Amino acid sequence: MTGFQTILLLRHELLLIVAAVVIIIYDLLLPAEKKSRIIHFSMILFAFVLLLGLIPSAPGELFGGSFQENKLTGFMKDILNLAVLIIFLQSGGYLRKTENAHKMAEFFVLIIFTLTGMDFMISSGDFLTFFIGLETASIPIAGLVAYDQLKSRSAEAGVKLILLSALSSGVLLYGISMIYGATGSIYFRDIAPEITTSPLVILGFIFFVSGMGFKISLVPYHLWTADVYEGAPINITAYLSVVSKGAAVFIFAVILFTVFKNIIHAWESVLYALAVLTMTIGNLFALRQDNIKRFLAFSSIAQAGFILLGIMGTGSLGMTTIVYFILIYIFTNLAAFGVAAAIFDASGVETISGYKGLYSTNPKLSLVMMLALFSLAGIPPVAGFFGKFFLFTSAGSQGYFILILIAVANATVSLYYYLRVVKAMFIDKNDQPIAAFKSSPTMRISLLICSLGIFFVGFISGIFEYIMSLSSMLF
Amino acid sequence: MNILSLFVVVPVLTVIAILFTGGLKGTRIVAAIGMGVQLLLAAWLMYYYLSLKGTGDLHEMILVSDYNWFPTLNIHYTVGVDGISASLIALTAMVIFAGVFASWGMEYLPREFFITLILLATGVFGFFISLDLFTLFLFYELAVIPMYLLIGIWGSGPKEMAAMKLTLMLMGGSALLLVGLLGLYFYSAPDGGSYTFNLLELSKVHMPYEAQRFFFPLTFVGFGVLGALFPFHTWSPDGHASAPTAVSMLHAGVLMKLGAYGCFRVAIFLMPEAATEMAWIFIILTSISVVYGAFGAIMQKDLKYINAYSSVSHVGLILFALLMMNKTAIDGAILQMISHGLMTALFFALIGMIYGRTHTRDITKMGGLLKVIPFLGVMYIIGGFASLGLPGFSGFVAEMIIFFGAFQHQDLFHRVATILVASSIVITAVYILRVIGLFLQGPIKNEEHLKLEDAKWHEKLSTITLMVGIIGIGVLPLWLSDTIMGSLQPIVDKLAVYLH
Repeated sequence: MTGFQTILLLRHELLLIVAAVVIIIYDLLLPAEKKSRIIHFSMILFAFVLLLGLIPSAPGELFGGSFQENKLTGFMKDILNLAVLIIFLQSGGYLRKTENAHKMAEFFVLIIFTLTGMDFMISSGDFLTFFIGLETASIPIAGLVAYDQLKSRSAEAGVKLILLSALSSGVLLYGISMIYGATGSIYFRDIAPEITTSPLVILGFIFFVSGMGFKISLVPYHLWTADVYEGAPINITAYLSVVSKGAAVFIFAVILFTVFKNIIHAWESVLYALAVLTMTIGNLFALRQDNIKRFLAFSSIAQAGFILLGIMGTGSLGMTTIVYFILIYIFTNLAAFGVAAAIFDASGVETISGYKGLYSTNPKLSLVMMLALFSLAGIPPVAGFFGKFFLFTSAGSQGYFILILIAVANATVSLYYYLRVVKAMFIDKNDQPIAAFKSSPTMRISLLICSLGIFFVGFISGIFEYIMSLSSMLF
Repeated sequence: MNILSLFVVVPVLTVIAILFTGGLKGTRIVAAIGMGVQLLLAAWLMYYYLSLKGTGDLHEMILVSDYNWFPTLNIHYTVGVDGISASLIALTAMVIFAGVFASWGMEYLPREFFITLILLATGVFGFFISLDLFTLFLFYELAVIPMYLLIGIWGSGPKEMAAMKLTLMLMGGSALLLVGLLGLYFYSAPDGGSYTFNLLELSKVHMPYEAQRFFFPLTFVGFGVLGALFPFHTWSPDGHASAPTAVSMLHAGVLMKLGAYGCFRVAIFLMPEAATEMAWIFIILTSISVVYGAFGAIMQKDLKYINAYSSVSHVGLILFALLMMNKTAIDGAILQMISHGLMTALFFALIGMIYGRTHTRDITKMGGLLKVIPFLGVMYIIGGFASLGLPGFSGFVAEMIIFFGAFQHQDLFHRVATILVASSIVITAVYILRVIGLFLQGPIKNEEHLKLEDAKWHEKLSTITLMVGIIGIGVLPLWLSDTIMGSLQPIVDKLAVYLH
């Protein structure tokens, strides 16, 4: 393998590292009064990272199979890059606040570092790379969650996240060690044939699922989610709920489909229970939230439950529906978070009751929010409908019709709380609605991207077919 | 492009055109033009269908066009119509056209109102042209959700509660339906090969009986919720009473028929064995709908509630007739869909117009209105006659055929149910005549009402459009009945195999 090919295989990771270093150096060179230039600089730089990442590369592996790159992982990294770009575009308003003036660069650098970790995790070919990637991704996030270090909630959320993250990583590592003990290898391809239903493997598997459950915030491992989401700055909450979760779900599915494919019946019953719990409990808690961040936190827990239905489908159909759903989820959730961030930056309001009468003053933001909520609820013709329908199709392909019935019942319940927000914005009267304001151009670009995604990703069947063609090469 | 797709494209273009116009005047004219084009298209479709059948064309569906949308899942965008769906499209076009004129004075957020209203209609048109269950479901849900905004923003009374109740119940129904449709999909290739959502292909596949027993009730109830099947009808009175005029018209007139059409086209047609087996449960439920709805209407004082309960009763009769599963009864059911659609739309339009003048819908607070607003009053009375099944109007033809068909069953159970349901004709007469007597005739109770003006030109246009249909069917039922009968034959042939 030539050096150039190696670079090509590692293009996403290398680009991210270079981008992070460039931002650090640029920040050092900037005089104190011009620091805010770093915001637009990082956005533009990251747009180039996204574009260069699209360069195609032949599938291949590095470091003796520890790092595996194929078209599907490449695609996954591209959509995560897109999500991070959208988050960057949305964070300008927040970073311009005076208390953040001295630490703007850190915001971008830390996000890029954690994304690097996720990229390594996505491409891992053995449990060691997987674990290192996961940890690289986890630690900077705690820093980001505590970014408002002067606010006690933010600091508390950071501590909570780092402690629980360490605990879950420990559990995960313990599980991995058991699997290593039972099979004698850490490489996915060597482990797969050795996996049996021996007690040690099953125990290791349970620990593994528990550890991943924390990262994806499945019930009963979800307790950190709401507090951390509420305490973190809103752009970081968006990152946690979309990018961090998307990457973890992806690698979780890959490991289940490849490493644990011998004990499929064992893990399908585990996932069945987790899916039912996650959807139901996430929904029930979302019903009564008034803080928009907590609301979206519980909604994203419920959405994770739906994603598990896609995993139940296994094989290329399962993988396709998951990646497709994550893609749609990025546009959808980031649209919702973007509107929430724009409103928070302009007025400081972050409660649903504060949104009353928003349509009369800020009609465009209200419409984007409504689109996003309809997409989250899975209402046609927006993309969320297609995403959810295909997740259900995936579960249906294995005959889990009762599970689908539970899921659609939950989807109906979820419609209630999504409509609550729509009702606040469009129907409820308010004497003092949030005043009309103009959000920053970058915010508007990001919301435009998200709205286009919400509108067209579903209708353009080519996207689904493309993902299908990528994943059927692998599974 | 396929001509049928125009039924979706024209409303979408209308919506886009409305986006670029401002103010009530511009918006309503654009909406009226768009829906006028739609009405012409529908008229052309009926004409084309009849002339094609006149030449002896034997295809089950005409104007079929197919686009492989998601090839790996074999999900298509397939459109095509037969006599049944063509007549229902014509109904929809008439009701939405009348609805636009009934909302001529919509002053609060007019642009948003017409956009949402036409989006709702888009869903209905799309539903009736779809032959692929995926697109059918997509359009079905598309038709449900604008309701929330329409009732919540432009409604009256306890609108938030009504809107939420209606939306959640209908979405709950469509949740059940989704499982049913996935079941049909995954049992569509018993001998291997690719799964399909195509209605015509599915009708050739024999689904295992065990699977039918699981998926039939889900599908039937799923559609039945929209058809106000007892005990899932509770959204209907609240929803219809709170909705703005055009929405009540479209909802009671057309959307409830979506439910009935789905029950028939998807649930009964594709799972005939389970349908025959379980029909008795649903016959009991629909009989309750019919009788209970009629009694409910007697007890109400609010004009909209009266009409909403009457819709529960009449749509219950449609579902009842469909479950009889013979040609006569089903023919009657489809005639009733169209007849009731026109009739109830007319009622809701008139109620909206009267309410706009008197600012009350309480029949005990009004009286003698016939003297003040003769045009609206006479229209209401004619609508009432059609509703209680007076010969010469559409209601008579439809109900007569239904009871003929239902009575063809020889066994005691069907006979008893039929007699019970037929008793609703009398109850209908009671509440219709009671309403007319109370608020149209007698002395004028409120002096203020003497100043009321009669119908304006757009109101006349709106009501006359619907009236033409009602009298047309009543006087010349055969052309419509023939249209339907031709398309029913293949369906009935299939059902006959499973009927004992």
